Amino acid sequence: MSLAIDIQRLRFRYGGGPWVLDIPQLTLERGERAFLFGPSGSGKTTLLGVLAGVLKPDEGDVNVLGRNLASLSGARRDAFRAEHIGYVFQMFNLIPYLSVLDNITLPVRMNAKRRARLDGAGVKATAALLADHLQIGDLLKKPVTELSVGQQQRVAACRALIGSPEIIVADEPTSSLDFDRREAFLELLFAECERAGATLVFVSHDRTLEGMFSSTVALPDINRATY
Amino acid sequence: MLVLDLALKSLRNRAFSTSLTVGSIALSVALLIGVENVRTGMRESFSNTISQTDLIVGVKGGTIQLLLYSVFGMGSPTSNLSWDTYREWAEHPAIEWTIPYALGDSHRGYRVIGTNEDFYRHYRYRGGQEIALAEGRAGSEVFDVTLGADVASELGYGLGDEVEVTHGIGEVGFLNHDHLPFEVVGILEKTFTPVDRAVYVTLEGIEAIHFGWEDGAPPMDDHEHTHEEVLAMEEIEITQVTSFFVGTNSRRDVLRLQREINDYEGEPMMAVIPGLALNEMWQGIGYAETGLRLVTIFVVLVGLLGMLVSLYTSLNERRREMAILRAVGAGPKSIVALLVLESVCLAAAGAICGLGLVYVLLSAGQPIVEAQVGLFIPIRPPGSVEWVFLAAVVTAGFVMGFVPALKAYRAALHDGLAVRV
Repeated sequence: MSLAIDIQRLRFRYGGGPWVLDIPQLTLERGERAFLFGPSGSGKTTLLGVLAGVLKPDEGDVNVLGRNLASLSGARRDAFRAEHIGYVFQMFNLIPYLSVLDNITLPVRMNAKRRARLDGAGVKATAALLADHLQIGDLLKKPVTELSVGQQQRVAACRALIGSPEIIVADEPTSSLDFDRREAFLELLFAECERAGATLVFVSHDRTLEGMFSSTVALPDINRATY
Repeated sequence: MLVLDLALKSLRNRAFSTSLTVGSIALSVALLIGVENVRTGMRESFSNTISQTDLIVGVKGGTIQLLLYSVFGMGSPTSNLSWDTYREWAEHPAIEWTIPYALGDSHRGYRVIGTNEDFYRHYRYRGGQEIALAEGRAGSEVFDVTLGADVASELGYGLGDEVEVTHGIGEVGFLNHDHLPFEVVGILEKTFTPVDRAVYVTLEGIEAIHFGWEDGAPPMDDHEHTHEEVLAMEEIEITQVTSFFVGTNSRRDVLRLQREINDYEGEPMMAVIPGLALNEMWQGIGYAETGLRLVTIFVVLVGLLGMLVSLYTSLNERRREMAILRAVGAGPKSIVALLVLESVCLAAAGAICGLGLVYVLLSAGQPIVEAQVGLFIPIRPPGSVEWVFLAAVVTAGFVMGFVPALKAYRAALHDGLAVRV
């Protein structure tokens, strides 16, 4: 199995501040469902920002799908992220002035290459299919402000999955859900990732979820940066 | 297109603040374009009032004052010229025609002008158009009166109605020539010039109502002439005119004739060339126009600053939105484009609404301005100046949009995918 993510000697800090990330090595296989945990302030979201190409490492290599993001320009990293990465936030996941459909289709409207992966299916049809899989098919025309938190998280998952990105990054997406909805959401997310063959990097500090993943990464164990 | 779609939906989502911002820009743009429209309309209206008249002659004084009271029915003449002097100049070999004007009376706020048939024959306006009668005939008998179109329509007069003249040209007069009423014999076609707001009587009529007024005060009751007594007179001697319009045989004679009149020793008098006097007037009020234009430009800037404040203050609550956009692949430049587009959309919407508002206000205000000031402000499609103003507003919106956009850009770089304090 080839590597989806290969981090070597990564160091990152904001401005001239202290190091936030100092990770000698981290690798994830393609198709892996990795559970990344750590206490607040351990650099989880910063690591996701580096993996998504939003933040540029100060030192080291961050190879994602064989491309070293550390050597790419900002614009190329943005294009890479738009094409290859789906992102789910902890909460306030959606653009409030867009409908459910518009929120889901945002990544494929943003990036032509990702749109080209829809295998001839239309943008709306693909979004509708995904929404059906995540049981929100009847909500497509609704304003997202009228949805429950659970429904909003599923819209965010659809948005991350549309256009079959190779990597799904989820930043504590279940923290605002109750136990039943959390399990249901994760099962749907896993099923969709498996169907798309995507690698999942799932961040949480809730270790009760750990067993549902194929691998676990304890950030405090690999991040040598201290606060 | 996606960024434009996002910008429009984002603005629609903030409908209240968007409409307030657009409204404030629209009002300021309406003021800017409205002032420009009124300014050019006013100039056009003034220029159209008189045509093909080479000189206007009156007593020595201010050139603009002579132009204003003779042509535009504004201000008051200070003194009159003698009829003999007028006749002497009217027979000058260089002069083809003259139109005498005797001013100083009014009817219900409208100026009464004593003149003769030469007015109907020679007066030209708007590129050489002649005075035409809508009804009846031109006044020629002592107590005939011909009404300007607005006077007839606003006072509801028709042929055969009686018109009493008031001494003085104020809105309200206390000394009436009501013992000698005039009869409406004609109504002029509308000209959209001050002609529409004047009452034309004969020079003899003006003399007749002033019999006994030689010392400036009304005659005692038993010294007043009756209608019948005046009509029974064989001839009414005309003693004075206020000013007269001159058409020369040749344009080449105008300057020489003007100098001759200005140097005339028989009576202090002056001649002005209408076009030059108008130019002098525009130069005089040019400073005020420039000042007014500057004020309106600042008002537009204030309107745009309001937009800037609105966009800038909304940025903090939109940082999460920016993080989401970045997560789906939007670069910082896309964030800048989004904010700049929102700014451009607000400025463009404000400019378009402002332009529309100008036309609504002009349509509503045109008859009021004409009635109150006597100026007809034409409603024209937007000209190059208006388009330049609108383009400037949109461009200013574009430039100003970079202020919140650059803040959002920095926040996007700083925040990454999390909203960091």
